[in-house]
Amino acid sequence: MMKGINTDVLVIGGGAGGMAAALSAAREKSDVILLERENSTGGVLNQCIHNGFGLHFYKEELTGPEFADKLFNEMTLDRVNIISESYVSEVDVENKTVRVLSPDGAYEIYAKAIVIATGARERPFGALMIPGDRPSGIYTAGLAQRFVNLENRLPGKRALILGSGDIGLIMARRLVLEGMKVEAVVERMPFPGGLLRNIVQCLEDYNIPLYLSHTVTKTVGRGRLEKVEVSEVDENYNPIPGTEKIYDVDTLILSAGLIPQVEDISDSLQLDRVNKGYAVSNSCETNIDGIYAAGNNVAVFDLVDYVAAEGWVAGRHAALKSKGGENNTEKYPVIRGKNVSILVPSYIDFNESLRLYLRISKPIEHGRVILKELNIEKKFVDGVPSEMIQMVLNKKKMELIREKGGLFVEVVEDE
Amino acid sequence: MHFLHGFLLFLEVKMKILVIGGGIVGSLLTKELSKYENIDVTLVEANYDLGAGVTKANSAILHGGYDDEPSTLRAKLCARGNKMYDDLVDELGVPVQRTGSLVVSEGNDGDKKKIIELYKRGIANGVSGMKIVEGEELRKIEPYLSPVFKYGLYCSSAGITEPWIVAINSGRLAESNGAEIMLGDRVVGGLVRNKRAVSAVLNSGKKIQADIFINCAGLYYEEIAKYFDVEVEKVLLRKGEYLLLDKAAKQFVNGVIFPLPTKMGKGKLILPTIDGGVFLGPTSEDLKSFDPEDLATTRNGLEEILKSSDELVPGISKFNWIIKSFAGLRPETEGKDFIIKRDEEISNFITVGGIRSPGLTAAPAISEYVINEILNGQMNIKLIKKEKIVERIPAKIRVREESFERISELIEKDELYGRIICQCNQVSEREIVDAVHSGARTIESVKLRTRAGFGRCQGGFCTWKVAKIISRETGIELEELIMNNENSYLLEGKVR
Ligand SMILES: Cc1cc2nc3c(=O)[nH]c(=O)nc-3n(C[C@H](O)[C@H](O)[C@H](O)COP(=O)(O)OP(=O)(O)OC[C@H]3O[C@@H](n4cnc5c(N)ncnc54)[C@H](O)[C@@H]3O)c2cc1C
Ligand SMILES: Cc1cc2nc3c(=O)[nH]c(=O)nc-3n(C[C@H](O)[C@H](O)[C@H](O)COP(=O)(O)OP(=O)(O)OC[C@H]3O[C@@H](n4cnc5c(N)ncnc54)[C@H](O)[C@@H]3O)c2cc1C
Repeated sequence: MMKGINTDVLVIGGGAGGMAAALSAAREKSDVILLERENSTGGVLNQCIHNGFGLHFYKEELTGPEFADKLFNEMTLDRVNIISESYVSEVDVENKTVRVLSPDGAYEIYAKAIVIATGARERPFGALMIPGDRPSGIYTAGLAQRFVNLENRLPGKRALILGSGDIGLIMARRLVLEGMKVEAVVERMPFPGGLLRNIVQCLEDYNIPLYLSHTVTKTVGRGRLEKVEVSEVDENYNPIPGTEKIYDVDTLILSAGLIPQVEDISDSLQLDRVNKGYAVSNSCETNIDGIYAAGNNVAVFDLVDYVAAEGWVAGRHAALKSKGGENNTEKYPVIRGKNVSILVPSYIDFNESLRLYLRISKPIEHGRVILKELNIEKKFVDGVPSEMIQMVLNKKKMELIREKGGLFVEVVEDE
Repeated sequence: MHFLHGFLLFLEVKMKILVIGGGIVGSLLTKELSKYENIDVTLVEANYDLGAGVTKANSAILHGGYDDEPSTLRAKLCARGNKMYDDLVDELGVPVQRTGSLVVSEGNDGDKKKIIELYKRGIANGVSGMKIVEGEELRKIEPYLSPVFKYGLYCSSAGITEPWIVAINSGRLAESNGAEIMLGDRVVGGLVRNKRAVSAVLNSGKKIQADIFINCAGLYYEEIAKYFDVEVEKVLLRKGEYLLLDKAAKQFVNGVIFPLPTKMGKGKLILPTIDGGVFLGPTSEDLKSFDPEDLATTRNGLEEILKSSDELVPGISKFNWIIKSFAGLRPETEGKDFIIKRDEEISNFITVGGIRSPGLTAAPAISEYVINEILNGQMNIKLIKKEKIVERIPAKIRVREESFERISELIEKDELYGRIICQCNQVSEREIVDAVHSGARTIESVKLRTRAGFGRCQGGFCTWKVAKIISRETGIELEELIMNNENSYLLEGKVR
């Protein structure tokens, strides 16, 4: 017989975002179920064995697994019902019914509110349209990290890394420490994709060259990867003929970006065109009443602390909603202006303060984020797309948004 | 001594047949041959799984059969093969979707003439379900088709399949009926005595004697022919590159969409894949030299595909939907037709070569042709059906395709059905373990058999799990695992 379970709040995904959501909902005295498809919670934190997590959320510097453990222990104390190896195959967002496949059975959960925290996946090699052979030895950074950190296996002898996202930078150092030779990191954009501190700590300290405005233009090898061809690209990212350089490597690691995982859950949930994740309000609610989302499936965040903070908000509001406490009929749009790429939230309601996260679309030495409606400006120096800019506004300051009917966010470049 | 005056002694002795090459053609043929009492059939395949050659990289279309001239084998066997797929669904549990195909044109006089020509040819070839469609009708069939197309040929009997599953499942059924299948070993030489092929020498050093040799080696058919002193038409290789799109693109495509055919072939198409994605391609480039392992994609090729598919269905090639690019090779010959014949000199050697498009579609009819026309007809062998055979292979369960209630029952009996390994395609641990137990030893084999790793993350999430399951079930160390061929090792070794 098929089982059915009732709960107040259901959280889908047990990464940092989902765990924080489950914990905060439980602190609001709701019945909480957290579903995680892997056999333990933690999400990407599990494979990030380096330091640098939790400075904001826990006010101490932790490794990924330590951060995950802490959240896990707190969840257990607060009696969150954690069900791992549970794969959510379908969500009926209108009726808040979720179908789950697990070794314990296929069953349904009926919730009063749902938080979706399914994270992001890595852009695969195939998506990059790199011409050439299709040998083994080409790994996404996350997969390579998995093999090295958790399965104790080295992917190869000599590697080239494509993409200077944080994961790629961290992998470069890891592979060197484990005895591989890392020839270079190449990045298509004219600026690095990862945090500055990672460039210094992972590349410069290990003498690994970083080539900006370069990309892999060919892979060679009929069994295992043997060579890759790297070329410089012009301002439209087209390879410049004559700049080709061959690297004899048996491993190509891709750190070519993360894609929010929003497919297969429901077609009724709105997405943000640029973030490519769920469009949510500042109380983390989606366009469907009682369905919340937080973490990398909303937008790819650079810090776990932001993800956890958002998860916390999502969980609390889901709990309030499950008790019939909250109604968000009033929502105002947040509109992207110049030089803004990633922007969270997409809507503003008045149940919560406003935490604005944005990424600038290019490096800007001296600039200002301008919130015209609120007469607020935030100055910054040495801004890069890889580092999110966060601004927090309390409810009082937000009042003007109601009057103006929305919030316009732009970034101007100063001399 | 039976091979000396061989074919008359069939009643007393079993005749040994060696099929060389386990693509879709060789595998289906082996399956059919395994049903006869007086035949003892062995199939040798160089790859570690069946269907991993040309059969792995193509459009996977079951063509209606209106493209080829009525006098050709291609025309005859394509129309017949298309119909035979209905039986394969039952026998081998292979997925077939009759999505229909639509050849589109802008509808000027010249275009109309060509479309009508195709239609007439189809009638002559015995193709069913054809209809000339105009204007709004086109858009009813393919709502997202570019408005420049106004006149076309619809064919409801055309469809799509999963070619390597046809090969793999043929192999499984053949084994159940007594055939021997040798994977991961290649024919590297042949022994011919007194104008008769006597034995094949394998890479492993084994020697296989047989009464009849059948060359189904695809791109390598010239090489095999040479080992046995058989002269064959030269093959030229013509590359076809593809892009695979995410399931999200499927909403824009109902069936197979062709432009008008040209001298270089059927043109660059848009079509759904059997597991719910979308293919764009193939290109058509002649290789400068004979290099059957050149499966490299090219910048020009991929750009061409983006351009031409946008002309057919504007907006289809969204950057974020692209999840893979790959290439396949077509064995072209001067004569253009399939070459299926018993050699005049070496009379116990049968060539099945130059099997280019529509080779997949024709493959079941090719087996029939080899058995009826050549073995039975020309060679006068009276084949006797086995009294008892295994008629079909047990249906494979795919969790993704079962109802929730059914999955619930399955998990109650076997929890492995509830452990989802490939998240994009919802493949359970049971499916993967079964694939390994039925012979999959490489990451690619598991992928071909179960679709794990075929989805939008392209194995980013599940490759390590699949690797661990293969290792656990077979005892092969992780660092010994390969992706597909011998040199394609996954890992270097243990971390220090
Ligand atoms: C390699 C790497 C290094 C990083 N380094 C740092 C750093 O140094 N400092 C820092 O602050 N931040 C860092 N980050 C960022 C931070 O770790 C992440 O942004 C954050 O952990 C993401 O959390 P999440 O909950 O949104 O997603 P995830 O951790 O991806 O969690 C999503 C979870 O949902 C589960 N799930 C998905 N779909 C389903 C489904 N259908 N059913 C059930 N479960 C499902 C997944 O299995 C997963 O466990 C790093 C990130 C990466 C990838
Ligand atoms: C780009 C492209 C698109 C196509 N689209 C379609 C389509 O949509 N519809 C359609 O009907 N047809 C299509 N075709 C044609 C179809 O794919 C082929 O006709 C068919 O797959 C040929 O099968 P095969 O068994 O002859 O060859 P293969 O699959 O190549 O099988 C030959 C096998 O022989 C093995 N072998 C070679 N040498 C040796 C040796 N020495 N020892 C042992 N084994 C050996 C190889 O490893 C290989 O597995 C297309 C072809 C291409 C290239």
